[in-house]
Amino acid sequence: MSTVQLPLQPTSLLERLRWALSDSLTITRRNLAHIRQVPERLLDVTLQPIIFVLLFAYVFGSAIQVPGGGSYREFLLPGIFAQSIAFLAITTAVGVANDMEKGIIDRFRSLPMARSAVLVGRTIADLTQSILGIMVMSLCGLVVGWRAHNGLLQTLAGFGVLLLFGFAMTWLGTFIGIIVRTPETANTLGFVALFPLTFIANTFVPTQGMPPFLRFFADWNPLSATVAACRQLFGNPGAAYTGTAWSLQHPIAASISFSLIILAIFIPLSVFRYRSTTSH
Amino acid sequence: MTISERAVEAAGLQKRYGKTQALCGVDLVVNSGTICGLLGPNGAGKTTMVRILTTLLTPDQGHAMVAGYDVVKQAQQVRYRIGLAGQQAAVDELLTGRANLEMVGRLYHLSGKAARQRADELLERFDLTDAANRIAKGYSGGMRRRLDLAASLVVSPPILFLDEPTTGLDPHSRLGLWAIIQDLVAGGTTVLLTTQYLEEADRLADKIVVIDTGQVIAEGTADELKAMVGGEQIDVVIRHADQLADAVNALRRAGQAEPIVDPETRRLTMAVQGGVSVLTEVVRELDSAEIAADDLALRRPTLDEVFLRLTGNPIAAPADQETSEPAFALTH
Repeated sequence: MSTVQLPLQPTSLLERLRWALSDSLTITRRNLAHIRQVPERLLDVTLQPIIFVLLFAYVFGSAIQVPGGGSYREFLLPGIFAQSIAFLAITTAVGVANDMEKGIIDRFRSLPMARSAVLVGRTIADLTQSILGIMVMSLCGLVVGWRAHNGLLQTLAGFGVLLLFGFAMTWLGTFIGIIVRTPETANTLGFVALFPLTFIANTFVPTQGMPPFLRFFADWNPLSATVAACRQLFGNPGAAYTGTAWSLQHPIAASISFSLIILAIFIPLSVFRYRSTTSH
Repeated sequence: MTISERAVEAAGLQKRYGKTQALCGVDLVVNSGTICGLLGPNGAGKTTMVRILTTLLTPDQGHAMVAGYDVVKQAQQVRYRIGLAGQQAAVDELLTGRANLEMVGRLYHLSGKAARQRADELLERFDLTDAANRIAKGYSGGMRRRLDLAASLVVSPPILFLDEPTTGLDPHSRLGLWAIIQDLVAGGTTVLLTTQYLEEADRLADKIVVIDTGQVIAEGTADELKAMVGGEQIDVVIRHADQLADAVNALRRAGQAEPIVDPETRRLTMAVQGGVSVLTEVVRELDSAEIAADDLALRRPTLDEVFLRLTGNPIAAPADQETSEPAFALTH
């Protein structure tokens, strides 16, 4: 058997960045290849949002009045988009916790690859997967009567805001996945943390009717800003806001800022924790 | 690339997990191109040792150089030069065998084509070609270990760490892995191998380091370790109990040591030096005294006996321990 020469090592900073990116993409491919083996993982991003769309559109839809008028189903869809994107944090947390438990993480740690690649690759793969979810939800929305009214550019901008928020959520999930260490705990903790977060918001009902304390929380919830940004960009009802929270007066800027802040906190935290912890 | 004469050099390594002191000051030297066997029972600190040397853990105290680089300060340099095959096979269960190897190749920044070629070569060499396109989850234990070892050899690293590579394998797979390891060393690879199987250490290792409760308690070649227990002995079982006294005299004439007699089993045991020549002498003496023997054997102490003695297992009789104490003084 022939032997393979040890590869050259990157010398410049630019080359190191290029290698780190290449490592991340290798890991992304690995995670996407897993889906082929465990396709039921896609149910999280496909079936679940469809159920939510149908449940809310037909069960709650008749009872909820959209302030300023308009169709509840049009009001609802941006909320469902954002909720399902927020749940991406759970998917990622479980995935990372799974990886940390398995022997493969020792392989990655003993290789001269970029330390951040295992995490970056995971978040990119999960985000890619969520794009499929958004497409499924959009189709489902179109079927029940949702439309984007502001033209292609604004519609794409709306999805862009959503994906940036999704990317932030994957890094929140990454951090959870590293600190809890078992997939079961990651699932439970992620759900307990995120489920209320997606309801104490403008996702399914307008925040006007909430008690003051809850409304304050709901108005400043990053998820609300993302939902409101989507409603504005898609031209869906419920975008007009009469309250005092800055984040809902300027939802697009607010959503982008929240996402960037979450990324700025959780990327370094996660990478640091990943470097300093080892699998069992 | 040049490698220092000492592939691995560790001094005073300490590691504590909570209340458990996993390593309490371990020194270790492995010369280039040799196999060093780290032998010890479960929980002795073998895996901790390997994890420190492969940069997966940082020691609390002490330092270690691998391939001439510090495992803490120059970890990335170390990672370019080592391969690791673990107790828990470090393969991705949801990828095919081929995809596993290609992924590792890509992570070493081989081109796509080179990574594919290398994967094919390794699959062939490790007898995994037929299973190449199946996911590793369905592999048998032996196949998984082979894939794991293949993954650690994607770039032919000069130093290989094998953490209990054959634990849980059937005898056939074990022999296969031993052959592969011996091949690698013949090709110049340095191997640090941990094992709880004495046979494995005896068979493969140039040097054996016995480790227990986080400390090195003995080191040397297999022969040196066996000599600590007291060399060879001759066992004779005679047919008729009434000839025991004659047999003792016959043995005295053949060897220098005083035979130990167990009348119940009609067994005589005598420590000897010079092995086979003494055995011939014993046969001759017994024959001329017309003593019939049921069993006659020259026994070398097994590494098991060494191990049990060193790790303080009650199998060693108190008298034996006294005589072997000078041997302990060599190491501690």
